[in-house]
Amino acid sequence: MTTTELPDVETVTGRTTRGTRVSRRRTTPGQIVLIAALAVAAIYFLFPVYWLAIAATKSSGSLFGSSGFLLDKPQLLSNIQNVFAYSGGIFVRWAGNSLLYSGVGALVATTLSISAGYCLAKFQFRGREFWFNVILAGVMIPGTALALPLFLMMSQLGLVNTYWAVLIPSLLSPFGVYLGRIYATAAVPDSLLEASRLDGAGEFRIFFGLVLRLMAPAAVTVFLFQFIGIWNNYFLPLVMLSDQSLYPITLGLVSWQSVSDRHPELFQLAIGGAFISVIPIMIAIISLQKFWRAGLTEGSVKG
Amino acid sequence: MKSTRTRTRIAVLGLLGPFVVLFIFTLVVPIGYALFQSFTATQRSGAYGNGDSSTVFVGFTNYVRALTDPAFVASLGRVLLFAVVQVPIMIVLATVLALMLDAASARGVRFFRSVYFLPYGVPGVVASLLWGFLYTPGLSPIIDISKTFGVQLDFLGSGSILFSIANIVIWQYAGYNMLVIVAQLKSIDADLFEAAAIDGANSWQVITRIKLPLIAPAIVLTTVFTIIGTLQLFGEPLVLRPLSSAITSSYTPNLSAYNQAFTNNNYNLAAAESVILALIACAFSFGFLKLVGRRRSS
Repeated sequence: MTTTELPDVETVTGRTTRGTRVSRRRTTPGQIVLIAALAVAAIYFLFPVYWLAIAATKSSGSLFGSSGFLLDKPQLLSNIQNVFAYSGGIFVRWAGNSLLYSGVGALVATTLSISAGYCLAKFQFRGREFWFNVILAGVMIPGTALALPLFLMMSQLGLVNTYWAVLIPSLLSPFGVYLGRIYATAAVPDSLLEASRLDGAGEFRIFFGLVLRLMAPAAVTVFLFQFIGIWNNYFLPLVMLSDQSLYPITLGLVSWQSVSDRHPELFQLAIGGAFISVIPIMIAIISLQKFWRAGLTEGSVKG
Repeated sequence: MKSTRTRTRIAVLGLLGPFVVLFIFTLVVPIGYALFQSFTATQRSGAYGNGDSSTVFVGFTNYVRALTDPAFVASLGRVLLFAVVQVPIMIVLATVLALMLDAASARGVRFFRSVYFLPYGVPGVVASLLWGFLYTPGLSPIIDISKTFGVQLDFLGSGSILFSIANIVIWQYAGYNMLVIVAQLKSIDADLFEAAAIDGANSWQVITRIKLPLIAPAIVLTTVFTIIGTLQLFGEPLVLRPLSSAITSSYTPNLSAYNQAFTNNNYNLAAAESVILALIACAFSFGFLKLVGRRRSS
């Protein structure tokens, strides 16, 4: 599989900034139509979340008995208490597991892939282009295609149904290497590396003490995408885990929903649990919004 | 100070080495293992199949079995149809949103951008739970409202369920794809717009002559990843299955492989199905890249 046909990130992210573009528009009819269209799109993206927030406040009875867009005898706190209390607080355990898989997984994945990207950008060695192309091809392999063989490998190693079975495959981020290499080429000056070497610093001290700081925006972008990727993953933990106490939130909520036809009280719990799990991610997305693009755009700006 | 070659060797081993080891263990070996599995079968000795099991090479038997199974072939056709419907809508929507955000004056743009990107943070299965509620008669305010206008909506029937799933996927990923395109739009050289303004170009000309050609690489990239992701459809139909009788146990190729592996314990057939799906995804991605490449060079 050759990867030369892939558009490279230099063109994907561009190389210059348009920085100070003169703002030249006033409120014209065109602008009003534009804002209206943007608002309609916003309603489409928001209303399921709005419905979830309203539904999370309802009792099982009024969930089916009242309009989905309007509050009806809100009891959010007692619903949330029920979610946390159900089955000995299993939901808290799932939330902790999700944080563990995503937090540790994304942290290690970022370190490994950023260091690999930096290495591919700044060192001349045999096989450099070969490894970069192979890793790039890895970006195109969907995780679901790997889950089944990984399960069989893990079961031979006796790791199925342990934290490791989900954690180890989550450490891989070929996208991080791709972004890391582009970013290092643009943002890490050779002269700085040479100066540090002349000062007698070792390569690892240079990487962890200097390079990692220069590459921070790319590292944050990789971390965020990997965190969300692991947090949202369903197929891998589904295949690997059978013990409920190892489940991440996604698996736990689906297990509640799938039996809700026999246990109607789980319907409200699944809604409440979904609501609680969506809130922190939404806050993270809004408050960290500049970082999502940081690595993608800034890598190019500095080139 | 050590020689440059020694330093380079240590750096490569220490900085690239760990990633490569992980890459081989979690990506290269599983692919090789899946291929191996797909060409073998497990045979058990003894009259009741309870004796020792052994692995035998069976050539393309598993592939033939998969491709002569009407349910699996139907699932392939289904995700291809799904891709034909969903990929263009997704990419056009993402591009239009990105261009509209770019054209709107500064106020509110950040808010809208966050809102569109928000669903990306909602796990696919949670998004499916959410929309599943909105598709369920009795729970769904959409169905209630349409009923007052005399329209009977059925999101979960066999005719509409594929579109209902497409809607979930679009809701989740349109904002993400938009963000990739926005990142590219932000990097267009400001001088180009000034030159266009001096030449008297209108907004439409700026879009078609400058913006679209320059964001084309981002659009190509998002299209390829959307194609790959679309063919892998799994979580959404799995979650909606209890709600809709139209979704069978082999509704998509991945669902089929999952059930072959874990319900029927036939890992070899599951592996063959996964390989077939991966090859099709590969063929479509590269076919698309070739098509785009040819059109651009001509």
